[in-house]
Formats: sequence, structure tokens, C-alpha cells
Amino acid sequence: MLSREQVLHVARLARLDLTDDEVERFGGELSKITDWIDKIAELDLADVEPTSHVVAVENALRADVARPSLPREQALAAAPDPAAGGFRVPSPGAS
Amino acid sequence: MIELSATEAIERIAAGDVDAGALWSAYRERALADDLNALSWVSDADAPPAVDGPLRGVPVGIKDLFCTAGVPSQAGSRILEGYRPPYTATAVANLARAGAPMLAKTHQDEFAMGSSTENCAFGPVRNPWDSSRVPGGSSGGSAAAVAAGLVPWSIGTDTGGSIRQPAAFCGIVGLKPTYGAVSRYGMIAFASSLDQAGPFARTVADAALLLGAMASGDRCDSTSLGLPEPVAVPSATDLSGIRLGVPEELTGAGIEPGVLATFRATLDIARDLGATVEPCSLPHAPHALAAYYLIAPAECSSNLARFDGVRYGLRVDGDDGLLEMYTRTRAAGFGDEVKRRVMLGTYALSSGYYDAYYGRAQKVRTKIAEDFRAAFAGFDFVVTPTTPGVAFELGAKTADPLAMYLNDYCTVPMSLAGIPAISIPNGLSERLPTGFQIAGPAFSENRVLDAAHALERAIGFDGGKALLTRGREARARHRDAGPDAP
Repeated sequence: MLSREQVLHVARLARLDLTDDEVERFGGELSKITDWIDKIAELDLADVEPTSHVVAVENALRADVARPSLPREQALAAAPDPAAGGFRVPSPGAS
Repeated sequence: MIELSATEAIERIAAGDVDAGALWSAYRERALADDLNALSWVSDADAPPAVDGPLRGVPVGIKDLFCTAGVPSQAGSRILEGYRPPYTATAVANLARAGAPMLAKTHQDEFAMGSSTENCAFGPVRNPWDSSRVPGGSSGGSAAAVAAGLVPWSIGTDTGGSIRQPAAFCGIVGLKPTYGAVSRYGMIAFASSLDQAGPFARTVADAALLLGAMASGDRCDSTSLGLPEPVAVPSATDLSGIRLGVPEELTGAGIEPGVLATFRATLDIARDLGATVEPCSLPHAPHALAAYYLIAPAECSSNLARFDGVRYGLRVDGDDGLLEMYTRTRAAGFGDEVKRRVMLGTYALSSGYYDAYYGRAQKVRTKIAEDFRAAFAGFDFVVTPTTPGVAFELGAKTADPLAMYLNDYCTVPMSLAGIPAISIPNGLSERLPTGFQIAGPAFSENRVLDAAHALERAIGFDGGKALLTRGREARARHRDAGPDAP
């Protein structure tokens, strides 16, 4: 069972603002899901190598040659608050 | 002319019997009258762009999450509402180059997280067989659009079953290729080690044609390889010498009786075609879903960090600086399922839980890949029902995330192993289509397609074609007429 503190901790790490109702509801749902997932603890996995990627591709490298990139105005076209040729954000120092 | 398969349409256009412009117009008219909420965007062009490729201008539907330059690409999410990317995904560009212009984009579960397309921020998609039911997901719009004849074929993405399950629910063909066969460049990412694009079509031959056109190795996706040999037009008419393995773990408890009945009938057909059918074992398959629901959320929690209100999409400012802007933007922009998975993934990766959750899940993944390798030592293909049940009523599973996740029970093992798997329609249960899944070793697409083609011919499922030629009113009659309706 995830505690209220655990849910709030995870939400903070995930940069999600939750209402009190959501903390309650997601806490219950996530507890149910993690209880069910815990059944992988039954398996004996000693000496098993983890698989992060199924296809045997290693070091897919290309020549380090400069190519034209997206024009600045296109890169900024969908930004909520472009300014001075960049992405403007609220001050990280506030609060 | 919409009754023509894409392959037939291409042949007729090449022979001069059918005009590509007229085909575009016929489909566009149907797409504009979409009554299933299958489509998120329809081209406003009266005529298709001039094309000169082997696909001869036969138009295609594209899942919302593929970036398409200048055209809304929202991944079913409020956080990307109205977003028009500056570039086009490689798979879509490959299709355009091959002569398949984009006619429409299709609705999906938000960021491909879901099995019903009810997690779409722009409303649920309806199943053309019964509009009170879901089309499956996450590529529900792509599947419904093909089944209803709004487009002749389409593409979607499959992370744990998101092509195969909706194909089964809508009575059409859907193929998840080997991981790496199709470039992921320009696909809005969900779980990068699992996501793979593939075709939806009315016939196996059409699916093969579309796969051949979309697959490629791509320097913009360092995990892409393309296919080792060109995709052949499937031509097999029997299954002589083919050994089919039936995993007991995916064909017993938890599968609806009506689905098992069509599955067993298809096995009988396979035997008649010359195949041998024997039980096989995937001992770790019962743990695949739990491993998947750790790996996919973990990867999604990382991938979705990019939606922060800075470079594109929604921004919700607060009074308290950057951190509050992030948390408010994501709270307002993401739906419930996305929030659940982002939190689940963040939890599974967090300090103190990583080894017990994510690390263990990756080891289970190794065991599942080994299970398949062992099975393919004795069998050409592993076959299962595509889904445990048929298309369910809207709202039936939205209150219980775990019940929704169980939809992926038969499709997730192949995703974790990265192997190709196709779903073909193999009959009806409760007057709704069921799917037959054929999985083969990595890069065995041509053999999978050949086997699927032989079975498709022998099964003779005609539901999809009947559905679209009779039109909407007939669809409603079909729905209301009872079990004996043709």
C-alpha cells in the first residue's frame, strides 16, 4: 500500500500537481497495480542478465559531420512563450 | 470503388481502369462523414498530391502520434492540442515517397496508453461493428477507420498490443513488425524499447505492401535496422510442413469461450492446410504483463518529461516560478491514465525500488525472450488468440485499470521479445470479430505474412468487406438484426 507521503513524493518527482482527490484515488489505484506487479517477486531470477534492448545493435555511430539544423524560427514556432530568439520561462528562482 | 482492396486499387490505377483522383475523392467524402470519431484530421485537398510511386496514390490514414509537418500531431493529448510539428516522421515520409499520400490522421489513446481509445483527450472512438463498443487501442482510430472504409489502409504503433488488439476488435489485419524494422523517428515516444510502427489493412497482402513501403533503416533512429530482405507479396496457399506451437499459458484460463472456439476452429483449418499443431510452452508468459507494466511506465515517465510547457504545447503558469509552471502544465495537460503511468514509472525507477521493480522486470524480459527462442527451436510460429475477449462496451473497464491492462495478456510477450506478430480476423463471437495471432522469430515477416495469407484465404472472413460496402444504415441494421444476420 502506497502511503499518502509516497504518492506525493512520486508526484513531486514526476512534476505533477495533484488535487487531494487525486492523491487519494491514484494512491489506491497504484497500490492495487503494484500489489499485482509484485508477483514477479515469485520468480527466481538469480544470475539472469537484464534485457534493456532486444535487438543486437551496438555503437550505431555516424561520422561527426555538421549538418544544417532546424531554422530557429521553426524551432520556436510552437513555443508557448518565445522571446529574444529563445524559449522564455518563469524564473526558476521564484518562491 | 471503396470495396477494392489497396492491392486491387493499385492494379486498377496502373491499368488505367481507376483514377487515383477519384479514389482520393471517394475516400475523402467518407472520411469527412466519419461518425465514429476515428479521425482527428482530414486533408482539405480536393485532389491527392501528384505521386509517382508503386502505391499509385492510394491514400493512407496515419495515427495521431506520427509527426507530420504542418498537420496537427497531438498524440491524443490535451498537452499537444493543435501542435503542428516542423518535420515529418520517417515512416510517413517513406509512404509518401512510395506513392501513398496522407488522407487523414486517426484518434488514439493519449500517448498510446490504453486498450480502448477511451483515453483520447478528444473523445472515444467507436467500433464500426457496434458503436456502443470500443474499437480497442491504442491505435483504435486507425483500426476503426480501415474497418469502416474511411481509408483503405492505415498505420499505427504497437507497444504492448496497440496494433494487434484493435485489429482483432475491428475485424481487420494488423501487424507489429520486429522491433527496429520501422524507424521510430518522428513517432511521439511512449516506451522507446518497445514502440514499433506497423500497418492496418483489410487483407494480408495489403499489410505486406504497406509494411514494405514504410520499413527502413534510418540514421535518425539508431535502433532502426529496416528489414533484411524486401517484403514479398504473400502467395502461400497451404501450410505444408509448417509447425505451429500453441502455448498453453496463453490459450487457457482467462480467454473467453467464444474466442477459444474461433481459435480452435482456425487450428483445424491450419491442420487441413497441412500444418502440424502441437502444444508448446512459454513458461514466463504469465509474468509478461507485470514486467511490461513496469518497463513501459518506466520508459514513459522518462519520455514524457519533455512535456514541460517550454518548447511546445500547453503551458499553465502559476504565481510561483518555474517549478509550479511545470507541475500545473502537466496536471492540466495529461489525462488520468498518463498520470497513473508516469507515477508508476517514476516509482519503479525511484531510489530504493529500482532493483525490485525495473531491474527485475528487465530480467523477466530476458526469460521471455529465451522462452520464445526455445519455442522457435521446435516450431515455425507460435499462435494464440490475439485478445482474451471481444470488443467491450464503452465504459466497461475505465474504472478498473487492471482489468483494462489484461487486454494485452496475449500480445505483450511478443512485444517484450521484440518479435513480429500479426493478427488476422478469424470469425465472430457474440457477433463481434475475433483475432488469430501468428508470431515468428525476429525478422521473419515474410514467413509470417505467407502463413497469414494462407490462413486468411481458407478462413474466408468477409465481415469487414461486408461492413463497409453496406454503409452506415446497413451497419445499424446488422447490429440490431440478431445473430442470424449475414
